[in-house]
Amino acid sequence: MKLQIKYDIHHACKVILQENLGKLDIPFKTNGLGVELEKELSPSQHQQLESSLKKYGIEIINNPKNAIVQQIKDLITEMVYKDDPIPIKMSAYISDKMNLSYSYLSKIFSDETFTSIENFMILIRIERVKQLIIEEKMTFSEVAWKLNYSSVAHLSNQFKKTTGLTPTLFQKIIERRNQYQEAFNQPDESNNVQPVGFKNS
Amino acid sequence: MNRDTLHILLADNDSTCQYLFSHALKDIKIKTVLHTVDDGFQLMDYLTQAKNRLPNIVFLNYSLPHKDGISCLNEIRRNPKLQNLTTAIYSHSDSDTFLEEAFVNGANVYFKRPYDMDILKSILEHVCNLSWQYTNSGLRKENFMLSLSNIQVSQKSESVLESA
Repeated sequence: MKLQIKYDIHHACKVILQENLGKLDIPFKTNGLGVELEKELSPSQHQQLESSLKKYGIEIINNPKNAIVQQIKDLITEMVYKDDPIPIKMSAYISDKMNLSYSYLSKIFSDETFTSIENFMILIRIERVKQLIIEEKMTFSEVAWKLNYSSVAHLSNQFKKTTGLTPTLFQKIIERRNQYQEAFNQPDESNNVQPVGFKNS
Repeated sequence: MNRDTLHILLADNDSTCQYLFSHALKDIKIKTVLHTVDDGFQLMDYLTQAKNRLPNIVFLNYSLPHKDGISCLNEIRRNPKLQNLTTAIYSHSDSDTFLEEAFVNGANVYFKRPYDMDILKSILEHVCNLSWQYTNSGLRKENFMLSLSNIQVSQKSESVLESA
């Protein structure tokens, strides 16, 4: 049986974090992008929390620059995944929310991540396009409308420029992968094919 | 693990190619450690032996001796322990059939092997960079597909990602 799942990574992380803080009796308040602790962690609490989060692949960020980068990434993801588009420019939105100048934030971001904020935003947007095509089975024009692209051609161009593939070819590859995966799961009926595909995690 | 160093495994029996890769990787911004193997058997042995550190990225030639690149990709994608690997396959052809087969069989990256050192450098930089973004930004690896075969890669890999 193939189990298709849909998830919100930010929500999942937040719940895991809340549960683990609860287990260690650490008081906290939730806010927009994460949780705020009511007092400083003792070194042993810090260590316990760090090791219990490690098995989920969650890291506590100790370097302040990495913390800024993570906040910028969270804001970009939030903007791209919001149902209603945010009516102001991305740069203004980020610098307003973080209370720091955009040029300063952009420099830190490029120094720490090997890419610029603008390119990161395009990457996240294209990931969202892929998700809407694969999981929501949307048409390209529905995706273009939902993500505020001026036209399907603009969406296709950006997709091609970022991935090297047209959205149509991408969709075809995903369909063929799924067919292979199904054939792989029913080996009796498909002795002659060499089926592969990604396992859904 | 040091998140700033990428461990790279190259599978190619051509010693010139091994030499070019190792030189090109020295010049890119991200720190890398390179290990090479000569054929498909050695590649799969390396990846499945518990004593070896799993690489972040595997670069493999489409036409590897003993076990070709597509068969290796198949095995990699069927092994649950290897799901997080970034796989980049290259060939001497920019045929669309090669490209499509590579992605259908689970490749993350496909490119035509360039003969120009600067182009190779910018391709490797771009692949390392994007793989780093997928790993460190929690993006879905199975949707990571990048074809560099039809793109005119400029000296600065960043420009490949510029918006339309």
